[in-house]
Amino acid sequence: MDDIQAILNNMLRIAVDPTTAAVAIAVIGLNIHFGYTGLLNIGQSAFMLLGAYGMAISVTQGWPLLVGVIVGLAVAFVYALVLGVPTLKLRGDYLAIVTISAAEIVRYVGRSVGYEKLFNLTGGAQGIPGSRYRGPFSNLSFFGNGNTTILSFNYHDVSDSPVLRLLGWLVVVGLIILMVRVGRGRFGLGGYARIAAMIGLGLVTAMLVFFLAPVSQQNTGVNGWWFTVITWVLVGISLMIVLGLTTSPWGRALKGVREDEDAMRSLGKNVFAIKMQALIIGGLFGAIGGMMYVLPGSVQPDAMGRNLTFFCYTALLLGGAATIWGPVLGSLIFFVGRIGIIGIANTYLSSDKYINIMNGQQTAQFAFILVGVSLMLLVIFRPQGILGDKRELRFNV
Amino acid sequence: MSRTSVPERGLFARAAAFLGLFVLVALVVPLLMLFSSSAADAATFCLPKKDETACIAGTMGSRAEPLEGVDVILTKPDGSTETQTTEKDGKFAFEVTATGDYLVGVDQDTLPKGSELKPPTQPSLRGPEGALKVDNVQLGRSYAATLTVRAAGFSDTTSKWDEFLQSSVNGLRLGLLLALASIGLSLIYGTTGISNFAHAEQVTLGGMLGYGFINVLGLPLFIGGVLVVITCAFSGWLQDRILWQPLRRRGLGLTQLMIVTIGLSLAMQYSYQFFVGAATKQVVVSQATVRTFGPITITDRSLAAMGISIVCIALVGFALLRTRVGRATRAVSDNPALAQASGIDTDKVIRLVWIAAMGLAGLAGLLYALVVNGIKWDTGLQILLLLFAAVTLGGLGTAFGALVGSLVIGLVVELSPLVIPGDFKYAAALLILILLLLVRPQGLLGRAQRVG
Repeated sequence: MDDIQAILNNMLRIAVDPTTAAVAIAVIGLNIHFGYTGLLNIGQSAFMLLGAYGMAISVTQGWPLLVGVIVGLAVAFVYALVLGVPTLKLRGDYLAIVTISAAEIVRYVGRSVGYEKLFNLTGGAQGIPGSRYRGPFSNLSFFGNGNTTILSFNYHDVSDSPVLRLLGWLVVVGLIILMVRVGRGRFGLGGYARIAAMIGLGLVTAMLVFFLAPVSQQNTGVNGWWFTVITWVLVGISLMIVLGLTTSPWGRALKGVREDEDAMRSLGKNVFAIKMQALIIGGLFGAIGGMMYVLPGSVQPDAMGRNLTFFCYTALLLGGAATIWGPVLGSLIFFVGRIGIIGIANTYLSSDKYINIMNGQQTAQFAFILVGVSLMLLVIFRPQGILGDKRELRFNV
Repeated sequence: MSRTSVPERGLFARAAAFLGLFVLVALVVPLLMLFSSSAADAATFCLPKKDETACIAGTMGSRAEPLEGVDVILTKPDGSTETQTTEKDGKFAFEVTATGDYLVGVDQDTLPKGSELKPPTQPSLRGPEGALKVDNVQLGRSYAATLTVRAAGFSDTTSKWDEFLQSSVNGLRLGLLLALASIGLSLIYGTTGISNFAHAEQVTLGGMLGYGFINVLGLPLFIGGVLVVITCAFSGWLQDRILWQPLRRRGLGLTQLMIVTIGLSLAMQYSYQFFVGAATKQVVVSQATVRTFGPITITDRSLAAMGISIVCIALVGFALLRTRVGRATRAVSDNPALAQASGIDTDKVIRLVWIAAMGLAGLAGLLYALVVNGIKWDTGLQILLLLFAAVTLGGLGTAFGALVGSLVIGLVVELSPLVIPGDFKYAAALLILILLLLVRPQGLLGRAQRVG
């Protein structure tokens, strides 16, 4: 039980981690591109990287944080324009190739050491250490110092017996299944009622989870509650924005473009403009995600390359494309699941106590192999993901 | 949208495209010029710690005439770099924590006027731009790296023109290797519509198998090479049998298929890491003999690789143009439904395309590992986009376009360092691709088609 408790604690720590939330924001943006509009953008990491660079470089040049954020958003905005103008009139797979190529160009330029002036800004492949730009954000914190454990009342106070925890985790699984069913609209709840139900259930689940596996973190430090809370609040705001956008006439136009471009054109809609708006808005979410992604860590171009985009796709398809909650659920499952696999592999497949068939590094690679395989299986057998509607996803280029 | 629809382009679109390009240029150029510079710090003493660090240390210039104020650049196995400025004694010392292959070079601008770095006399130690290769660094040891200079007008110095010729030959070599892999990619796209993101992992597979057969099992190069091609071709058969054919039957959309290939690519990359490790594996046969043709130096091995590539490409071309199967392949490529209606077994043709494409990719990987610089789990990752660029540049789905596109991309990659810093060379190739798509979206050899 202790092994399992340790694995569960790790999974929970990653579930509330700001980077998970940051990726969720980027996936929300990707969902606007891919899920709602059908744009095959395989360069979401470039939006993240540009947002991160925009903010980090501005702050290291001594500009205020707000200016940095605006610079990051502006860079992503211009990048979306530059990408979109030549490619949005082409066939979908051209957009795919151009977005991934452009993302690589951004990464190569970021990691280059060829021009000294550029290198002094970006720091080449080493990137920009977080300590150089994190200050202004940490200083905003009104959480004070010290540690806080969520729910000071936890299972230690009741009983240390495994039975209680086991029962508790079963209830958690039940609650999650219930949430999924509500999210899929099984109980006739619609619109804001469903969201209220989801938030309520989510809170209860979170409380129970924290009761079973207490997480203690610093209030303001890196990965502390300040970073966590702000990033998750941003996730919530993003969800509200997406909900508002997609239920508006404009959101229906997006789906129209996805389903049948020619029909939209014959209805007198400017398909190019709609696609461009979608590309820009999704890209801005990507940029915000990128900023939050690098705040606890550092800006490293190689860490934000193609594979990050692929992970975003895995998360999106896992949760369900063209759904409101899909990106968040998918990101949570992706990160928590990956840490879970690594934990299980570390505990049971890489120790002399049980089976020893791989070393410490191999367990992480093993997890990524499973990620790749599950991405394949997911697309083949359940392209709508957990929350999606199969009829909505006969997307094609 | 159907697969056969292509851009509608009006005056407005073209104007907007060029405006976009202009904005890009207008943004990037000032960014490069705007900001000021600063010098790096120096640390000139290093002791290796067992199992923790290693040292790469040396002198800039000679002991008698050390050079001061030169920026020595260490390129690490992961591609990152570290810079030290030499003191009065001309010494530099890097403390490193990772095993692998390092490269010691200098910032040419910081050398005394009228001098340049003298390339190491031993060809196997020669890195790009006169840099010194320090291969296979182990922890707990010290490595000497002495860099010397010579007058820039030295008789042995390559002129711009000679450099151009040498780079062109290198570009041709890279282009031919890329062509081997990209023809298969293009055929797969043509016959099935799949943009196969896992194609480059097949290239890696070829190199990895070559390492396994030749270096680990100790087979002779020729037999090992044949085995590599056969195994890779078999992997193509297997893939089509257990994955792509069932998916075709299910009628999975092209976007989904593309994401399946992305998943496959991820799984394969990390499998290589899992089973082979993250270090570069050299497929070493024997010491390479170097030949000199006027200003051009090239190894025998490279010449052989180029020859093999040309023969294979010619064979594929002949097969496509002159044989029944080739004609059937082109028919499926043009219009699968019509081909099927006229009695062609499309499944069989596609199966054959997968087999041939994977075999060629494996061969490309083996040759790449032999002549370029070994094979690594992410070698494919690095050349995947070059392959896509080549295929798109030539025209999606046209086999001969892929050849032309590969040669163009190979030349751009090798020639661009003559005008821009070396680490922009891949970016330059991709930029060329994007620029071409603005002007000629159907590629160099593709046919323009109207949106239906």
